[in-house]
Amino acid sequence: MNAGEYAVILLYSTSHAIRAEKVLNGAGIVSKMIPVPRHLSSNCGICVRIRRGDRQAALQALEAIGLEIEGVHDI
Amino acid sequence: MIYFDNAATSWPKPPGVAEAMTHFLAEIGANPGRAAHRRAVESGRALYEAREAVCELFNAPDPLRVVFGLNVTDALNLALRGLLRPGDHVITSSMEHNSVMRPLRALESGGVEVTVVRCSLEGLLDPADVEAAVRPHTKMVVLNHASNVVGTLLPVGDVGALCRARGLLLLVDAAQTGGAYPIDVQADQIDLLAFTGHKSLCGPMGTGGLIVGERVNEKEIEPLRRGGTGSRSEYEQQPDFLPDMCESGTPNVVGLAGLEAGVRWVLKQGVEAVRAHEVALTQRLIDGLRAIPGLTVYGTLDAERQTATVSFNIAGMSPSEAGLRLDDEYGIMCRVGLHCAPAAHKTIGTFPGGTVRFGLGVFNTMDEVEMALAAVAELAEEAR
Repeated sequence: MNAGEYAVILLYSTSHAIRAEKVLNGAGIVSKMIPVPRHLSSNCGICVRIRRGDRQAALQALEAIGLEIEGVHDI
Repeated sequence: MIYFDNAATSWPKPPGVAEAMTHFLAEIGANPGRAAHRRAVESGRALYEAREAVCELFNAPDPLRVVFGLNVTDALNLALRGLLRPGDHVITSSMEHNSVMRPLRALESGGVEVTVVRCSLEGLLDPADVEAAVRPHTKMVVLNHASNVVGTLLPVGDVGALCRARGLLLLVDAAQTGGAYPIDVQADQIDLLAFTGHKSLCGPMGTGGLIVGERVNEKEIEPLRRGGTGSRSEYEQQPDFLPDMCESGTPNVVGLAGLEAGVRWVLKQGVEAVRAHEVALTQRLIDGLRAIPGLTVYGTLDAERQTATVSFNIAGMSPSEAGLRLDDEYGIMCRVGLHCAPAAHKTIGTFPGGTVRFGLGVFNTMDEVEMALAAVAELAEEAR
């Protein structure tokens, strides 16, 4: 993995994270569930990693279903 | 062998249910929502898929507002004890199971006011009687969707509309109808739907849950249990968002994997098709029982107005003796007595003796109904 390639979306719970993953997959956005990187603090130990270039499309897809997120960070 | 105890627990389970549970145990097995390794994520997915399946069946919009628990009793306790406070008024019917009545009676002794609206001898509820019971401090109406004793359907959609108009919450106990009768939480205006996995959703025991509608402010729910959720782990306070706030401790994912398979099977058949099959069996059962001299059949006597649960008594024979002989001599498994619903038996006039209850299910056949009718006719003839 190249540094600077990814962003992570932090969510409130694993159920939220899995819902996010399904929605992103449905929108054709490549994502992966990963442990929350150590320097970030989150409600839940798991987050959804996406490519930085997909950040805007991903946030729009989640907003469209009203899924609340905790934050999004470049890693 | 004829299994007529589906109103308590459905059996057999559809193909795929045991396989889904075995697959989970053998191939996944990890704790959901705790670690982030691949099998923990798979486990979380299994849990989430069960939420989606339940939402699809009941037309609920948000899978994250499905709270899983042990069964419908657990879900009803969460809704009642979680939302009612001293000084609140709650309305229920006289056809309820003890899963509603016992939590309500305990709340009553703690200062919640309870009104029990009387149903007819057939178990029918007039929505106007619910409306007449509403007071300024009424917070909730709680109703079973169908009686577990006589199967009579209650008009939850009408009461749902009334609750919206009067600013009340509607809690529905769908133990007897979920998977066997169409339920649409949005169209029926149900704010809280309590369901169980082990009846007509065709899943295993130890699964159930509560669908929490948008009109319910989750911040007002007092969880029944607090503990680890895998979320907000740095805090010693319980999370305040669904579903985590109400799902402490490791969930029964193996059971919920089975529940998902059961619900998917029901969706594949179609609830309307399940219903049509059960209506046909039920009407034949009712008509056949009524034709036997010495039998009293309870309820509406109209399969369209009830579930596939039929209660009756044989003149000159106690329900317990009838149940024993049906099992011993004919291999017919049913349930006799009060069915954990003394209020319902008082309403239909069968308290404290109870009834013989045949709880039919989607896997029963017309041949089984005919064999059972012949068996009951022999017992009734003997008892005369």
